[in-house]
Amino acid sequence: MNHTLPAKPLWHKIRPYCWVLFLVVVYVWAFNGLQFEGIQSTAKSVSLSILDGFLHSDWSFVYDPAGEDLLSGLLDTLIISILGTFISAFLCIPFAFWAASNMSRRRPVSGTGKFSLSVIRVFPEMIVAILFIKAVGPGSFAGVLALGIHSIGMLAKLFSETIESIDTGPSEALTAAGASRLQILWFAVLPQVIPQFLSYSLYRFEINIRSATTLGLVGAGGIGTPLIFALNMRNWNRVGVILLGIIILVILTDLISGWIRKRIV
Amino acid sequence: MTIEAPTAPKKYKKILTWLFFVVVLVLCSIQTEVTPYQLIRGLPQMGILLGEMFPPDWSYLPTIWKPMVETVQIALVGTMLGGLLAIPVSLLCAYNIVQSRLVSLPVRLILNLVRTIPDLLFAAIFVAIFGIGPFAGMLAILFFSFGLIAKLTFEAIEAIDPGPMEAMTAVGANKIQLIVFGVIPQALPYYMSYLLYAFEINVRAASVLGLVGAGGIGLLLDRSLGLFRYDRAAMIILLTLVIVLVIDYGSNVLRRKLL
Repeated sequence: MNHTLPAKPLWHKIRPYCWVLFLVVVYVWAFNGLQFEGIQSTAKSVSLSILDGFLHSDWSFVYDPAGEDLLSGLLDTLIISILGTFISAFLCIPFAFWAASNMSRRRPVSGTGKFSLSVIRVFPEMIVAILFIKAVGPGSFAGVLALGIHSIGMLAKLFSETIESIDTGPSEALTAAGASRLQILWFAVLPQVIPQFLSYSLYRFEINIRSATTLGLVGAGGIGTPLIFALNMRNWNRVGVILLGIIILVILTDLISGWIRKRIV
Repeated sequence: MTIEAPTAPKKYKKILTWLFFVVVLVLCSIQTEVTPYQLIRGLPQMGILLGEMFPPDWSYLPTIWKPMVETVQIALVGTMLGGLLAIPVSLLCAYNIVQSRLVSLPVRLILNLVRTIPDLLFAAIFVAIFGIGPFAGMLAILFFSFGLIAKLTFEAIEAIDPGPMEAMTAVGANKIQLIVFGVIPQALPYYMSYLLYAFEINVRAASVLGLVGAGGIGLLLDRSLGLFRYDRAAMIILLTLVIVLVIDYGSNVLRRKLL
């Protein structure tokens, strides 16, 4: 038995080294490009005052009958994400059916649907928010529209995957019994996909809460607006209390929607 | 006939749920004064805006190339440093590595806190501390991807096959050997795939960091929108789109090879 293993091609031997070399080059390039100018001399004192701000938060900001307070900002943020999620949950349904490959007979139909969804997904929501601010003016409305339009990209993709994975039995049975397309959709497809739809919408709601807290940084309403003012004025006590409020809001909504999600599916 | 009886409460519950949804919606739109009427009024403005964006200002391309490259560099460095930081933390979090809850629970708590803060918020805070520039943006990306990668990785570590680790414990391996030879070979492909996934997200995030002054292409976007140069803004958005699509495609190909 004189079998010798075929010699590994040279490429296979040097491939790991090539990868390492490539990564090193990329990172040297990236680090060079950033040109760290070092930490500013004020960084230490500012960090300490932020810490101080956390410890001695501006509690008077939590509730103010005049309106411009933490609670109303958080409520605004919550409402922006609720409305944004609602809008996208409704708008994405036609997109989802468009992109689902088992809902249309011709391939290009679902292909173009999938492509347009990935184009929507690529735009960061801040850019969408800025465009809407230019269109409808700064405020919550621009935030709602930005979240609503941006979320379509992800939600419709997940929805269409749900539609693609449904059991074909019920719709075949309905076809055999002579149901129309609309009846099949209503009685065979929708009952199967609705629990997943709701679960994904809740998941998106959790993401939207996080985004909604930052929408105000560019002027689209919510808690971000007072936060960016406080940051610009170096009012660290207020920054501290706003950050605490955001953290509590995010954790609470995560817990609640997680609990609902577990009950739905 | 008792067949119809169970359907009645179900229907009642369904109607109540929908009613609840509608009430929430109406209350929300009253609170924020968001109405369909406003949208219809805003739509023509949106059309004018989009009209001004075309055609994009192609001569602006050389100017925005450097900030775009900076955006990618911010994402690269931030993702790598955040990913490195995530390795020890995710090992500390995994219940099958560190048995003591006294260690893993506080670390998990900190990790959860880090993950509640959105990247743009990190950027705004770091700009306040370290001044305007890409360093603040890099730090924001670092923290954001640290939270994301550490969480995904410790879940992957907890899901690994305990067999090799048990075998090593049986022959008397210490904790370091256990991690290096038992855990890392199994968790590495997942870790690399999460790193790539975080990088994809971070390129997108880095492209807007400039809005709060943290370097990258966002700064120019903010400036051109402020000057009402929508044709330039369109060029920036177009270039961002192309870069993000290319990076998404590349990392998808790599990820498929890894897993």
